[in-house]
Amino acid sequence: MAFPNEYRYTREDEWVDIDGNLGTIGITDYAQNALGDIVFVELPKPGDHVTAGQSFGSVESVKAVSDLFCPVSGTVKEVNTELQQSPEKLNQDAHGTWIIKVELSNPDELNGLLSAEDYDAYVKERAEH
Amino acid sequence: MSTATEATKSSPRKTALNAVHRQMGAKMVDFNGWDMPVEYPSSGGLIAEHLAVRNGVGIFDVSHMGDIRLRGPQALAAVQHISMNDASKLAIGQAQYSAMLYPQGTFVDDVIVHRLGEVDYLLVINAGTREKDYGWVRDNTREYDCEVTDLSDSFTQIAIQGPKGVNTLQKLTDADLSQVKFYWLTHGTVCGLKNIMIARTGYTAEDGFEIYIPSDEATGAMVWSKILEAGKEFGIVACGLGSRNTLRLEGKLPLYGHEISDSINVWEAGLDRFCKMEKPDFVGKQALEQARGDVKRTLVGLEMIDRGIARDGYPVLDADGKEIGNVTSGSPAPFLKKNIALAYVPVEHSALETVLAVQIRSQAVKAKVVPTPFYKRPKKVS
Repeated sequence: MAFPNEYRYTREDEWVDIDGNLGTIGITDYAQNALGDIVFVELPKPGDHVTAGQSFGSVESVKAVSDLFCPVSGTVKEVNTELQQSPEKLNQDAHGTWIIKVELSNPDELNGLLSAEDYDAYVKERAEH
Repeated sequence: MSTATEATKSSPRKTALNAVHRQMGAKMVDFNGWDMPVEYPSSGGLIAEHLAVRNGVGIFDVSHMGDIRLRGPQALAAVQHISMNDASKLAIGQAQYSAMLYPQGTFVDDVIVHRLGEVDYLLVINAGTREKDYGWVRDNTREYDCEVTDLSDSFTQIAIQGPKGVNTLQKLTDADLSQVKFYWLTHGTVCGLKNIMIARTGYTAEDGFEIYIPSDEATGAMVWSKILEAGKEFGIVACGLGSRNTLRLEGKLPLYGHEISDSINVWEAGLDRFCKMEKPDFVGKQALEQARGDVKRTLVGLEMIDRGIARDGYPVLDADGKEIGNVTSGSPAPFLKKNIALAYVPVEHSALETVLAVQIRSQAVKAKVVPTPFYKRPKKVS
């Protein structure tokens, strides 16, 4: 699977796409595949503050619950409410389906995230276990 | 996610079909010390597997289940002593759901008792309790003239489940499956293998069969692929433990360590109809007699009213927000398309339509008590 070069990634399998001061966040194809059929998404509300490395919601497959970890700190500007009706979109197109958009409060945090190449290596490393 | 009660610490055990599962790209998990497929992306995943069993046919490797044979002049008396259902009612070729109990009336394990011959019984038991169960059976049948054998490693057990299971398996055997009623068994040639035990049993709340074939890898792989081939016209898929769990939950079939355990008794679990108090003494009977009029909690079915999925172990709250019990199994129900759960609650909160709540992380999410089983298969002539 190919991870978009323009995204940055967390070790908890989220991606963030940066445009100016706005970070668009989703989960990776590796994450959706590991979870299986996603049936439920718990989302924050616009205006909520989120913190890098902290949970901002959860996704649930039939068999398990997984926290969503925020790649960046800031204020939630937009939430993809369509996912409440159609959570399976995350399975169908993980890299093209955003979950929240965040106005960054500390752009320096981006330095701590993985490049597509590093994330790919990290995925392969886990597959070997 | 699983709350295994007796997970082994050593490297996981493998069934004879392990390489086949890996070759098919199954996602593997450690289940009670066994390296087992949880779902097959090549089948379309858990929901597709679940729906295939409800609408067509699915195939499961359930070789991790254990098998204990009791054979000899006093085999029936031994089975009667260690199990709560009445095995004297079994004709040769018949099976029954039952359970082995501790003296206090709680569960050692649930079992399917098969009567294979005049004085020949086979108990099929859970994977996670194999060693415990075998020890229990051996220790509690010493005074009976019968031979107790652990046959767990002698069989590869394959379940062919769903309304099209009979059509699929019939293509591979000379046994007339239309003559085998639900919870009966026969022996026949399957895929060229002689004298194979074929039982019309399962753990999916659907019609289906379980076959017991020799446990070498080559035989397992051969039979597995022939079943997949035979079921192709019915849309057969390989199914993992994930769909096995959601299928059994829709049918309210208990799972050891969840709905039944060494701290839950027969009355609480609502398994009265499988417990024959009128039969002569059996382990647990005395305690159950005393406990009968004093049932404080009971197993109920819950359906979530508001958005949220109840999971195993989540607290159950009453209308005032007071914790009154726990979810034993909870999941989205792929066929029913609802979020359902089983939970133990005090009897006074168990009436149908009672509105309760499940504590899901920081939120109390509304749920109501509903009739069980959640799913009943349509009755039809086969």
